[in-house]
Amino acid sequence: MTDRAFCVVRPGALTTVQDLGRPGHAHLGVPRSGALDPATARLLNRLVGNGPDAAVLETTLDGCAVRPRRPVTVAVGGAPCPVTVDGRPAPWGAPLRVPAGALLDVGPVVSGVRCYVAFDGGVAVDAVLGSRSTDLLSGLGPPPLATGAVLPLGDPSGPHARVDAVPQSSPPAELVLGVTLGPRADWFTPAALRTLATRAYRVSSASNRIGLRTEGPALERALDGELPSEGMVLGAVQVPPDGRPVVFLADHPTTGGYPVVAVVREADLAAAAQAPPGTPVRFVRVGRR
Amino acid sequence: MGEHALLVELADGTEAQALHAELLRRRATGALRVREIVPAARTVLLDGLEEPARLRAELPRWEVPPLPPREGAVLEIPVRYDGPDLADVAALWGVDVPEVARIHSAAEFRVAFCGFAPGFGYLTGLAERYEVPRRATPRTTVPRGSVALAGPYTGVYPRASPGGWQLIGSTDVVLWDHARVPAALLSPGVRVRFVAAGAPEAP
Repeated sequence: MTDRAFCVVRPGALTTVQDLGRPGHAHLGVPRSGALDPATARLLNRLVGNGPDAAVLETTLDGCAVRPRRPVTVAVGGAPCPVTVDGRPAPWGAPLRVPAGALLDVGPVVSGVRCYVAFDGGVAVDAVLGSRSTDLLSGLGPPPLATGAVLPLGDPSGPHARVDAVPQSSPPAELVLGVTLGPRADWFTPAALRTLATRAYRVSSASNRIGLRTEGPALERALDGELPSEGMVLGAVQVPPDGRPVVFLADHPTTGGYPVVAVVREADLAAAAQAPPGTPVRFVRVGRR
Repeated sequence: MGEHALLVELADGTEAQALHAELLRRRATGALRVREIVPAARTVLLDGLEEPARLRAELPRWEVPPLPPREGAVLEIPVRYDGPDLADVAALWGVDVPEVARIHSAAEFRVAFCGFAPGFGYLTGLAERYEVPRRATPRTTVPRGSVALAGPYTGVYPRASPGGWQLIGSTDVVLWDHARVPAALLSPGVRVRFVAAGAPEAP
């Protein structure tokens, strides 16, 4: 066994292993999972010479600290945050070398929610159904990082990118989510659909990798009763009995029985993953492509 | 449904299963390119479509053959009919307790769809008069292998989890093992029979 690995010194509030997820198994009740901001995961993988589907770490708010056993090239991005190696400031959003035994500390976010940490060779925990992603809904994949855990790294596959900095979009002050109505918009009153499109919501602190929960005016139902379970998609805006919209993120259930009033376009979901509790949210109707 | 998906609504569960079978046939021939085909109670979701609008226009013209009543082997699941809700179910059905096991093990089931947890199948096959409501108060933990009823469905809990279904029995069969191929014993379309453990072999 190779000793390319790192030891977890500080796991942070919630740090998980993520790649591009395990799509294709929804009919068995298996969520897609994967990085909530897949574009950032891909970009950081490129910076350290990995393929796009290598597994990275996804942190939540307060980062994490790890100690590699061998020298590694890493890249930290996503939400802006201080990065240090053995206490010395190190670049964010660019490849950096961490010597064997040094402490890589990914600090608390300056803005946004989730940082991503890519290692050359990728995090090489065992894959489940073709993916190394931690799925917090179904429990598939590796558990969240814990102090003292040792995670294996793969062998580096290519040269890292020779760049000084990479522009990444800042987490938004206001989250604007483009939506197409349906499939169950008819379960809501016309007034509720106007409310959704015109009133301000806020990101709720109950949000997680399963869904972005909101606080704001309740959406009134036009139809009572139960909707038989039906398939759910990424970005579905499901409305539970309390009337507050929930936007489904990567670990969402594959079927559900609450009506979906609208679906958020995929391009806006990475911003949703970087919106901390309290962020204003607006749902804006956009045309279907 | 969004930019890449279509949610197709059918008249009932049987039609949904028939369309699901047809979609699988068309995907196998390469005529249909789609990432997910997710049947449910009376819908089929297609996700990961390049041109959902085109399929949406074509679908109403499809000839969907009715679901063949019997196709493929029947998976037998041994069950001990010893669930804590057996007496409640017997009362709802208006029969005595041993009769619940007899009725349930006499039916042939089919996995209509999966959801809730990896490997959890919603099985149909009981007559309409045997539908039961969920428990008024869900249990915080239902043991792995519990065989349970809710609405028109029978399900088997692949692992311990919270649940509101009526528990009528238990099985040692491993419903979900991600290291096994296939990981899920129950996938949509699979035929199932529950066999009362300890019951004499049929002649």
